[in-house]
Amino acid sequence: MEGSLEQVCAGLRERFPEHVSEPEELFGEVSLRVARDHIAEVCTHLRDEASFELLADLSGVDFLGVAPSAERFLIAYHLLSLSLNVRLRLRVFLAEGDETLPSVTGVYPTAEWQEREAYDFFGIVFEGHPDLRRILMPDDWEGHPHRKDYPLGGTKVEFKGAKVPPPDIRRQPTTTTGYPGRIA
Amino acid sequence: MSTRELNVGGSDWDQVVVGAEDETMIINMGPQHPSTHGVLRLVLELDGETVVNCTPVIGYLHTGIEKNTEVRSWTQGVTFVTRMDYLAPFYNELAYCLAVERLLGIEAPPRAQAIRVMLCELNRISSHLVWLATGGMELGALSMMLYGFRERETILGLFELITGLRMNHAFIRPGGVIQDLPDGALDQVRAFIDDFPRKLNDYENLLSNNPVWLDRNKGIGMLDAATALALGVTGPMLRASGVAHDLRKSQPYCGYERYEFDVPTHEASDCFGRYVVRLAEMRQSLRIVRQVIDDMPGGRVMVEDPKIAWPAQLQLGPDGLGNSPDYIRKIMGESMEALIHHFKLVTEGFKVPVGEVYVPIESPRGELGYHVVSTGGTKPWRVHVRDPSFINLQSVPHMVRGGLIADVIAAVASVDPVMGGVDR
Repeated sequence: MEGSLEQVCAGLRERFPEHVSEPEELFGEVSLRVARDHIAEVCTHLRDEASFELLADLSGVDFLGVAPSAERFLIAYHLLSLSLNVRLRLRVFLAEGDETLPSVTGVYPTAEWQEREAYDFFGIVFEGHPDLRRILMPDDWEGHPHRKDYPLGGTKVEFKGAKVPPPDIRRQPTTTTGYPGRIA
Repeated sequence: MSTRELNVGGSDWDQVVVGAEDETMIINMGPQHPSTHGVLRLVLELDGETVVNCTPVIGYLHTGIEKNTEVRSWTQGVTFVTRMDYLAPFYNELAYCLAVERLLGIEAPPRAQAIRVMLCELNRISSHLVWLATGGMELGALSMMLYGFRERETILGLFELITGLRMNHAFIRPGGVIQDLPDGALDQVRAFIDDFPRKLNDYENLLSNNPVWLDRNKGIGMLDAATALALGVTGPMLRASGVAHDLRKSQPYCGYERYEFDVPTHEASDCFGRYVVRLAEMRQSLRIVRQVIDDMPGGRVMVEDPKIAWPAQLQLGPDGLGNSPDYIRKIMGESMEALIHHFKLVTEGFKVPVGEVYVPIESPRGELGYHVVSTGGTKPWRVHVRDPSFINLQSVPHMVRGGLIADVIAAVASVDPVMGGVDR
């Protein structure tokens, strides 16, 4: 880990000892786990005190079947500091059935569309988002298609007289490991 | 206006107009407007000819590419991602493959890296040419459209020679590139880069002092550096706001640190600045391509590990493209291991260690990032794409508010959005 990033992580641990984990370095990338309710404050600190000017990416992951249900959803924030030339990933895990967390649009306005995308695909609710609605899927779409329990091949066919079987008996994809996909 | 439902079918019209002030008028620009570079719908609120508000509506081209990659092997993912930003297919392939390679802990051989850089930089030129051609046409420089597409066709011809396809190549694969360069390819690339600067000068002579071009671009679509960073805007748009941020310099990949090139910037923060920056970038790309072909390393183009390297060695025979006779002789007659590897890799694919990576590269439109998560299987668990068009498009309302409706066209053109990448 680069020295400047070490300092940033140390400063963050000092400021939020309860809510930020020890930095973890894997594949040359540094990640921190952040407590759900404090993500916006941590982002504010990183932007104002540690010169992370850019929220490069906000991405959702559904770990259904590979992680305990208390950590089913991951929201990953990829921050970039132009002045320090380092990157940092913040990870917030969300439990199944309680998919809400504070929005960071007030800190990084670029998150507006990215949070809408995560809401659209995973059904994750960002509290305080100014305009949280679907962005890529049609507004009347049902379900959140990137969830691992979303049935594949379940799109309604809009022809006269077409019969759509209920979701639980639609054809499921055949994989070597079964579905929804626990990967051996 | 922003809290209202806006839906793709357009049946939201009653709700949209109710919220308008008495003095203002709401019009739809798009989704089938010729200057939206695809299917982008802008709901404009106008006071006379002045834009009061602008709400982009996207999603018309959503094809679920990210979701599709989750049910295909790691290698098959390349053929999906290359179809996102269809004007810059090599960048999608490269970022995806770099992410997979980082998870696998491998690095492509030097020759493959050099071929990747060469193709990417040629791709940057062809992508910027489409921007110049369509952007010119939208502002009335119709001849620019013909010239731009003519030159782009030359580059696509080079791509066809090297990869077999004009677009959507799936040529860059995890571990390297799928095939070595064909005979004479480098000579043809050299002929192009010798010829192209002259044409670039022509374009500059055509536009840079053209009074109409200057009037339509200067002072239009202002986006200062602080706003650009807050909105996550990267690439030529950020550099035209005076921030010399280029991932090829600051966080080099694929051996970019070996090549000499400048990062052009401009202080104007307007559409004209973006025009100047993109033209200068084409010249820098030519510089890089020249250095690559002058110093093209030899050797393999795919990692040696038979458990990762795609086994097929294609060759053009009398009945089309297929496995070469030598290769068939080897797997059917000589080497049992080769046959097993072929069978396993082609049917099942390779496994990738558990983990997540985020790999950003500098695409013609800005930071193209791939967040790839593996749970150790032969398929990606999640592939999320940070497409620069998607992020940069958020800046349109900020650029056009308070301006004239005609300037919306110039502002959208200066973003250079590719809806295939925006909607994915």
